[in-house]
Amino acid sequence: MLEKFINAGRLKSPWIMHFDCGSCNGCDIEVLACLTPLYDIERFGIINVGNPKHADVLLVTGTVNHRNKHVLKNLYDQMPDPKAVIAIGACGLSGGVFREAYNVVGGVDKVIPVDVYVPGCPSRPEAIIDGVVEALERVKVKLGLAG
Amino acid sequence: MARTILPFGPQHPVLPEPLHLKLTIEDETVMEAIPALGYVHRGLEKLCEIRDYNQMIQVVERVCGICSCLHALCYCEGIEKMMGVEVPPRARFLRLIWGELHRMHSHLLWLGLFADAFGFESLFMQYWRIRERIMDIMEATCGNRVIVSVNVIGGVRRDLDASQCAWILEQLAIAEKELKQVQSTILSDYTVCSRTKGIGVLTKEQAYQLGAVGPTLRGSGWAQDNRQLGYSAFGEVEFEPVVENDGDSYSRCAVRFRETLQSIDLVRQGIAKLPAGELAAKVKGKPQGEATSRVEQPRGELFYYIKGDGSNNLDRVRIRTPTFANIPPLLAMLPGIQLADVPVVVLSIDPCISCTER
Repeated sequence: MLEKFINAGRLKSPWIMHFDCGSCNGCDIEVLACLTPLYDIERFGIINVGNPKHADVLLVTGTVNHRNKHVLKNLYDQMPDPKAVIAIGACGLSGGVFREAYNVVGGVDKVIPVDVYVPGCPSRPEAIIDGVVEALERVKVKLGLAG
Repeated sequence: MARTILPFGPQHPVLPEPLHLKLTIEDETVMEAIPALGYVHRGLEKLCEIRDYNQMIQVVERVCGICSCLHALCYCEGIEKMMGVEVPPRARFLRLIWGELHRMHSHLLWLGLFADAFGFESLFMQYWRIRERIMDIMEATCGNRVIVSVNVIGGVRRDLDASQCAWILEQLAIAEKELKQVQSTILSDYTVCSRTKGIGVLTKEQAYQLGAVGPTLRGSGWAQDNRQLGYSAFGEVEFEPVVENDGDSYSRCAVRFRETLQSIDLVRQGIAKLPAGELAAKVKGKPQGEATSRVEQPRGELFYYIKGDGSNNLDRVRIRTPTFANIPPLLAMLPGIQLADVPVVVLSIDPCISCTER
């Protein structure tokens, strides 16, 4: 009974946390634009939180570099299960235009497992919202509720 | 009283970017702040060795997504200076129009984040709602919302026709009206003023000695704006640098608010004076020699040093960004303020870590 209630909360009101992992800000401001009146993801119950212990979905923008990979891993480890990770933008996917730079490790999936990839440079807010909805499907599978 | 060292960042709800400050606090008062940088360093300057000088435009645009157009403009101006390319007048005016639209979107974004820093979330939503108009203009004229990529060496890539100009003016009139509606909230509301007035003061002498740039400098009473140099078409439009004299967070906010209105005026002047003609000059040869260029970014002075050796790849690109210059003034503002005011004061310089660390 209680578990059913918690799962409904997880799927109907996912809390997201955003981490800028060496992006150029383009994707970050598009993530923030999702929260604002034109796109307004709060109508789906999605809230942006700053504490990884409160978050269900981690949005990562930008490439991973040798300094912030530890921060990224740390944040991921602090999030409670079930969790989903969304990599946003060309840099988060593969390193994008920066992939040959000396301090770039590559995409987010080199450090933590990624569930959903959102392409674009920068990704459009619509695509990011679509990515979050897709990630919830993955959470559903992890909970054994899909079908 | 014992001292405590408190980490501020790298992942912090107020900052979209990983800035890390080690704050030494006594009670709730900040005694000292030490920045730790490097979370966004990618090594972009060295990419000039593998990308040719035309491809570098796409790389420098991604130094910072918020002011990408102005990075590309500064880079192109440098290369044009080195190769002696004369930019057609229409291209210079189009660069001004897109540059000022970028400044408006950056300032509106900042005004929203600033309101959010002192907990005024509905004001944040208001500014970002107005900003979406500017983003629509960008998307309709350039094809992308944030990274617009209009500058090429020798001119611009896209044109504005008469119907687009008329539509832009229409949208700007609405944006101006909406901005004036929220003006009194950020500039004269009692609660907002009590969080911003007299907090994070940078005196006129300090601003000069520590080398502050942009709105941080102008908020401390110096009428210095790189647009006075007259790059692109700024020599042919009329404007006065916006100056406020108190040097506190409120002044820096007021400078940015008034600059947003000023940018609307500059875009109007640009569209009114837009001459007919070519979009881009033909570029021959390879860059050789050295050149520097300076433009006024939303955050302050942006400086590029470019060295070419006559091949397709540049020898060296050095970028000095405004936030780099504004970090010493920030460290002078922080001691003596309350811990709760730290996010407001940090945001008041409009930090762009992605630019600073590249």
